[in-house]
Amino acid sequence: MSSVPASAFLALALILFCIGLYGALTKRNTVIVLISIELMLNAVNINLVTFSKYGMAPSITGQVFALFAISVAAAEAAVGLAILISLYRTKKTVNIDEMDTMKN
Amino acid sequence: MTFSGEFLAFMGIALVAIIGGVLLLNLTKVVHMVVALIFTFVAIAGIYVLLSAEFVAAVQILIYSGAITIIMLFGIMLTKHDDENEPKTGKWRKILVFLGIVGFAFAVYIGIYNFNIEQVSTALHENNTMQIGKALYSKYIIPFELTSVLLLAALVGSIILAKNEKKGADNE
Repeated sequence: MSSVPASAFLALALILFCIGLYGALTKRNTVIVLISIELMLNAVNINLVTFSKYGMAPSITGQVFALFAISVAAAEAAVGLAILISLYRTKKTVNIDEMDTMKN
Repeated sequence: MTFSGEFLAFMGIALVAIIGGVLLLNLTKVVHMVVALIFTFVAIAGIYVLLSAEFVAAVQILIYSGAITIIMLFGIMLTKHDDENEPKTGKWRKILVFLGIVGFAFAVYIGIYNFNIEQVSTALHENNTMQIGKALYSKYIIPFELTSVLLLAALVGSIILAKNEKKGADNE
């Protein structure tokens, strides 16, 4: 039996999620915003794997779902970076508050 | 609460993960932020090992601290990275965001505080990779194939997006 309670893992995931959320909302560089979103997805994966071990009916399904989430996150990072590079080519900036073409 | 080896390992790994996240928020150079986040990703892999998910831990190290970090470093190098990330964001906005996140964290913490369900003994640690493979190729075969379609779409889409259009027009 494990001596670490499930709530400890959930609390760690909560702290990492909050750090990622704060970084995504306050940082100016777009690459840092993207990687903060990756950190939030990672925190959610910790929750999935935790409940695959500690849930009411523990099974391998949580880990399989975490694998799917990781692959979707990798695809999202690649597409986000491609959008960033083509945006940099036209606007010559990576600051997220100067990307306001659709504002007017 | 007993201070067993597993508990000490969890505390150490969690400390490394949180320090990496805090460094992400506080460092000034962009490259340093990404390198600080590698520590967090590797520490999360350690958390997966504690949760008897060895295969997910290996995938985490390969994908996150390998591929995604390198691709983000490429993104930084290919764009303007010499300016430091000076805090031009308004002070009030930072304070408001911080207060909102603290409120969110408090609300969720009330939910998970004293969360305890009886532990059932699991067999997840025995032949972990084989169990995942069996589940992936029998029960979840359709989502697995759909994932390959999604990866192909992401590959084609990112190439189209990042392609230099002038050169493409010259070649055609």
